[in-house]
Amino acid sequence: MREPDLRLYEEDARRLTAVLQKLCEDAKSRAVFLIDKAGQLIASAGDTASVDTTSLASLTAGNIAATSGLAQLLGEKEFSVLFHEGEKDHLHISLVARRGILVVLFDARSSLGLVRLRVKRASEDIVQVFAEMAARAEREAGQGKTAFQTQFAEITDDDIDNLFKG
Amino acid sequence: MSFINYAAREINCKLVYYGPGLCGKTTNLQFIYTKVEPGTKGKLISLATETERTLFFDFLPLELGSIRGFKTRFHLYTVPGQVFYDASRKLILRGADGVIFVADSQVERMESNIESLENLEDNLAEQSMKLEAMPFILQYNKRDLPNAVPVEELQGALNPRNVPWFEACAATGVGVFETLKGAAKLVLNELKKKT
Repeated sequence: MREPDLRLYEEDARRLTAVLQKLCEDAKSRAVFLIDKAGQLIASAGDTASVDTTSLASLTAGNIAATSGLAQLLGEKEFSVLFHEGEKDHLHISLVARRGILVVLFDARSSLGLVRLRVKRASEDIVQVFAEMAARAEREAGQGKTAFQTQFAEITDDDIDNLFKG
Repeated sequence: MSFINYAAREINCKLVYYGPGLCGKTTNLQFIYTKVEPGTKGKLISLATETERTLFFDFLPLELGSIRGFKTRFHLYTVPGQVFYDASRKLILRGADGVIFVADSQVERMESNIESLENLEDNLAEQSMKLEAMPFILQYNKRDLPNAVPVEELQGALNPRNVPWFEACAATGVGVFETLKGAAKLVLNELKKKT
């Protein structure tokens, strides 16, 4: 089934970023990213300036997709955690609430055990926010149009053409 | 599955270039990458073999500009065209908002084109998706080659529904942006319809 479009409002972004900031501190990690399965960055925290976040999001989603393909091949529902160990930096990647991917970038200041522990707690909070986002999307579907929907419904072919000028 | 980020005022869409091996999917992305302003594109990532055949995917993030205050971002992906990479193709199709089928115009590649198009329909069906129900366009690539079959023949074999199609020569860039624009338009119109 085609997943519904993901709609992130300011309140969602604020809440998710707060969860990620807490995780980043608690897990003593360098940076934390929340990505959707299609490879879009949803939120991040920590030292993200040194990382190409768009590429990271796309490659992580590809990685998760390939891993879930492997799981199915072997009769597993999914492999929900991936760990990549580098010389200095390491990545802990886990699935959250079926559509999210939580990525923790950490170094020797932290440990895999600590990251795993903190990721577990943060995942519960993210599941909660996602559930509320899904409930809201359902409510909205039954209601009238939001300001954005009205705004977007009014775009014309010229607006789209203008994107390609210059 | 588009991603609308109200907080950052961004619309993110995923476009997939599909087609048989060596039809020019990666070449399309490479040309776009060389032509767009540095500020509007990210890195071009190619997960390829040592002989530069796509192993998993190519990825190019592109910022097209703003519509009514919303930044529109397109994530362009290619699939590996070679027949035996089917598992990877299925993964990359997931969450696609639109598909560009790149057909190789050379007469000896006609069978591969048809096979690849059928493969696309099968892979979408596995995800309960239908080609008819999603933004889809065709690019007839390699029009400059002497053994290219006439467009009418390609249309007859690959485009029974007469979806938008573009002639191209991806290596020199002819038709590359026209194709991208055609697909982006359909995707944005679809998004408009859904809202």
